Amino acid sequence: MELVTPNVGTIFWMLLFFSLVLLILKKFAWKPILNSLKNREKSIEDALKSAEHAKEEMQKLKQDNEKILADARRERDFLMKEAREMKDKIIADAQELAKVEAKKLIDAAKQNIDNEKRNAINEIKMQIANLSIEIAEKIIREKLDEEKQKQIVEKMLDEINLS
Amino acid sequence: MARSITFATIISFMLLSFNMYGQHITADTAISHDSVVTEKAHNPEGGFKPGDFMLEHILDSHEWHIITVGHTHVSIPLPVILYSKVSGLHFFMSSKFHHGTESYKNFYIAEEGPNKGKIVEKVQSEHGEKEIVPLDLSITKVVFSLLLSCILLLVVFISIARKYTREGIKAPSGLQSALEPMILFVVDDIAKPSLGEKKYEKFLPYLLTIFFFIWFNNMLGLIPIFPGGANVTGNIAVTMVLAAFTFVITTINGNKHYWEEIYNAPGVPWWLKFPIPLMPFIEILGLIIKPVVLMVRLFANITAGHLIILAFVSLIFIFAQISPALGYGVSVLSTAFALFMSLLELLVALIQAYVFTLLSAIYFSMATAEHH
Repeated sequence: MELVTPNVGTIFWMLLFFSLVLLILKKFAWKPILNSLKNREKSIEDALKSAEHAKEEMQKLKQDNEKILADARRERDFLMKEAREMKDKIIADAQELAKVEAKKLIDAAKQNIDNEKRNAINEIKMQIANLSIEIAEKIIREKLDEEKQKQIVEKMLDEINLS
Repeated sequence: MARSITFATIISFMLLSFNMYGQHITADTAISHDSVVTEKAHNPEGGFKPGDFMLEHILDSHEWHIITVGHTHVSIPLPVILYSKVSGLHFFMSSKFHHGTESYKNFYIAEEGPNKGKIVEKVQSEHGEKEIVPLDLSITKVVFSLLLSCILLLVVFISIARKYTREGIKAPSGLQSALEPMILFVVDDIAKPSLGEKKYEKFLPYLLTIFFFIWFNNMLGLIPIFPGGANVTGNIAVTMVLAAFTFVITTINGNKHYWEEIYNAPGVPWWLKFPIPLMPFIEILGLIIKPVVLMVRLFANITAGHLIILAFVSLIFIFAQISPALGYGVSVLSTAFALFMSLLELLVALIQAYVFTLLSAIYFSMATAEHH
């Protein structure tokens, strides 16, 4: 019977101890523990969320990078092409210019040669005229016979040919 | 490695404890012819009384008996606090009773009659001598053990709470990591599913406290030597107070819908409520039965567990009285069974804490349920 009869003294102490334990644990144990658990849960959730965010950002960055790379490649190709064209053009121009210049020089040289030739011919003509006049003078001065005249003319002509 | 060491320690403790029970009994039988010392666990003829032996371990007492070697009883005297209408307040140590054999200031421990085991006072009245029962607020074995377990609870949980505050959101370590799964179990598997996201936080401190209070005391009750071994959660006064807390919290938090269900349950034919209020009567009965069931379940489970283990130990001495060889033979089997029961009790300790907490949570959720 004693086993199932609650003892007043035990009830009294149990009420006292349990109430104290409940109040003290509530204030000094459960509150900080539960707060801390909640904070941890929240921080883990936040960390997961931010990791997800970072992953997305990364993906975006990667796409951007690829785009930039593709652009750069295109730009490079374009520049290369342009440079090649420019080079070809410069070479072509230079050749053209050289040709024109050479032609100009050759022309100038030809002109010079022509001029010189004309001058030479003119001088020769002048020389011939002078010689003719000299020969005529000598013939007139000598008044020689026909024979001798013939001889002198021939001799003169020989001299002209020689000169 | 550490786990196997712990396991080995537990086993050796258990074996040691049976050894101690053994010494206790053999010592008692050896000194039974000594007329000065009369123990409850044996009768004057020297026979072993298993019923008394088991009750002595289950019931409360005014001293904490540890061991009896030969003629000496080793026990811790506990304070006795009495208030008598005749002689007023008294405060003395239980060692004054000399293990229940002597009286002190007219107080003595009754050995028979309706007050058996209680402290009674002999008073003079006109009809001669009379026994009266004073108000006994003694720190008995159960109360002392209760005090120890409460201090243990406070030390353990305040220290881990400080660790939580200090370490912030770091991963738990040490004792903290051992108890965190249990705390989370109460939060996530008891409080949240029964009370719902909105209301569970209000009742959480109480649920956590009863869970760990019951669990710690159940486990301490399984330790057979000194700081443990008292039958705290198998004491009906203790479980009554716990059930009363649940009842009071349920009643205080009962909303309009809860009381309506009791006094005027909807969907019930009117003739069950008028002129004879049959349904309200049953519902009010139910209000009282719920905590009573909580009280009895915990008390009966823990007491039964202790009784079974003690019964297996008693078997050894019953057979040893027939023949010592038989006693040794039976001891092997008894120890094996008692060991098995002890391990089962480890599980029961947790299950009973879980059941008490879960049912409390369900009662709170019934009291605070919204109309649907």
